[in-house]
Amino acid sequence: MKYKSQKVAYYFFAFSMILLLLQVTYGFIMAFAHMGYDGLHEWIPFNAATATHKNLLVVWIISGFMGAAYFIIPDEADTELWSESLAKLQFWSWAIVGLIAVAGFHFGWFEGRKFLEIPRPLDYLVALNVVLFLVIILMTLLKGKRQTTTAWVLTMGLVFAALLYLPGMVYFENLAVDSFFRWWVVHLWVEGVWELIMGGILAYLLIRLTGVDREVIEKWLYVIVGLTFLSGILGTGHHYYYTGGPKYWLLIGGIFSAMEPLAFLGMTAFAVQMYRKGNKRHPNKLALYWTLNTAILSFLGAGLLGLAHTLPQVNLYTHGTLVTAMHGHLAFWGAYGSLVFAVIAYAMPLMTGRKIYDNFIGNLAFWTANIGMLGMTAAFAAAGVAQVSLERLAGYEFMEVAKVIEPHFFVLIIAATVFTTGILLFMWNFLLYGAPSDEAIQPEGEPVFQVVT
Amino acid sequence: MLTKRQAKTFFIGGTVVFAAIFLGLTIDTLSNGLPRNTHPEKIDDQVKLGRYLWDKHNCMGCHTIMGEGAYYAPELTRVYSRKGPAYIRTVLTAPEGWQPRGRNMVKYDFTDEEVEALIAFFKWMDEAYLNGFPPKPWLQPSE
Repeated sequence: MKYKSQKVAYYFFAFSMILLLLQVTYGFIMAFAHMGYDGLHEWIPFNAATATHKNLLVVWIISGFMGAAYFIIPDEADTELWSESLAKLQFWSWAIVGLIAVAGFHFGWFEGRKFLEIPRPLDYLVALNVVLFLVIILMTLLKGKRQTTTAWVLTMGLVFAALLYLPGMVYFENLAVDSFFRWWVVHLWVEGVWELIMGGILAYLLIRLTGVDREVIEKWLYVIVGLTFLSGILGTGHHYYYTGGPKYWLLIGGIFSAMEPLAFLGMTAFAVQMYRKGNKRHPNKLALYWTLNTAILSFLGAGLLGLAHTLPQVNLYTHGTLVTAMHGHLAFWGAYGSLVFAVIAYAMPLMTGRKIYDNFIGNLAFWTANIGMLGMTAAFAAAGVAQVSLERLAGYEFMEVAKVIEPHFFVLIIAATVFTTGILLFMWNFLLYGAPSDEAIQPEGEPVFQVVT
Repeated sequence: MLTKRQAKTFFIGGTVVFAAIFLGLTIDTLSNGLPRNTHPEKIDDQVKLGRYLWDKHNCMGCHTIMGEGAYYAPELTRVYSRKGPAYIRTVLTAPEGWQPRGRNMVKYDFTDEEVEALIAFFKWMDEAYLNGFPPKPWLQPSE
């Protein structure tokens, strides 16, 4: 760690870990309910559990992004954060608003729109908080000694993510119009601007971990984020097939969604190629594993499994079924969950001075979390395909089918237990790093492990 | 060989062009497609109240509508024609809360006005054209 103020990232990473643990807990509550065991119904009905599960996901991932930005931007801009105390204020206000939102779901305080369930008054507080965050990041970048492509791509991803939250705050009386703009937020986040953030963070990690020349990495970063927007913007159309929009979305959404895996494939090829080209001398193997994992699993989960049901002819039957949950889990884990883990694995030794680079717990966490998530994906796939076959193709009633597919949720719970073991092991490592320390500051920055051109 | 400048131009140029196309299609969808398919003129005060209740109670947290929501309870886009208003009324006013096949729906103390508003909302949804969604089941066992 080069600058004292980078330590602010620790608060966000720790908060992110706590929320992930809570998210997983609510996932178990939902999986048991799907198996017919909803003993907590009186206190945590399914609609509260699902809102909590989804919003905790969004908040822990964004907390991870914010922590990443507070760590990366001072390093890239070669300066202290513009205001460390304001960054701490931003953290505490973010945490308080997030926790109020989650608690509110249990008292029926909803906005009732998937992924955007946070009630409107809290939306304004979130917006205010994010403005403060962006001011701190932009001021840091502008006062910095240098302005790198990596830093700007990351920052612009964060700025556009904030702007795209706004269409979700407008109320439309027509549910179909409301849904149309809800996807402006959700799709253009996860299959658009969040990929800018992902690209920026991946580029930073690859520059640091592989030793490959910044110019080479940043050139390919432009190509990949270019491909992302080229396919992802009109790829929004796959959400407009069957929600009241005109027929041309079937064609446009179909074509551009089919191109979306290309951007992810580019991301995978980019990371793997940089790794092969690099010198492999950086000691932090855990950070490298999680970085490569992000590139590979995002292609599998977001790219390939997305493609598996975005063709309009297929989506007609799979739309609104557990097939979506199959894609969603591996996509979020592969592209964003794993990315936050990569940043944490990279930043924690630098912030704390404890060189946990390649230990047994860390390796076990890596494998169990990933194997568990692949098992969960398979369980959702089996349940989803059975649901589509029985309900959509053969015409059985929803609740009849729900009974038939209950065993798949048992498999899901087994796989989720393996996944949770991995998460707990990762958190154990997180505790082993200890708290950030000023003694870990390296005024010259981290030594560069030989630049390859 | 591709230079960094060319790569940047590809990124910015591509983004601007495709964002412009997307905005154009958005304008057309809002002014032509969505009004034609979803009959906004039929969204009266009763339908608005139904929609308000739908959001307020996070019905999407268990059900799907237009295929969107959670996958714990049935798809409701065509519930009005599939089950009829009397059945919906029974579900919404079950004294102990609706309990289909061992699952529990939250018990809501809806007023008569609210129940009728939710039925009106489902009727409006039922009349929307969604490019063939939900599909008609066609798979039959062979003789």
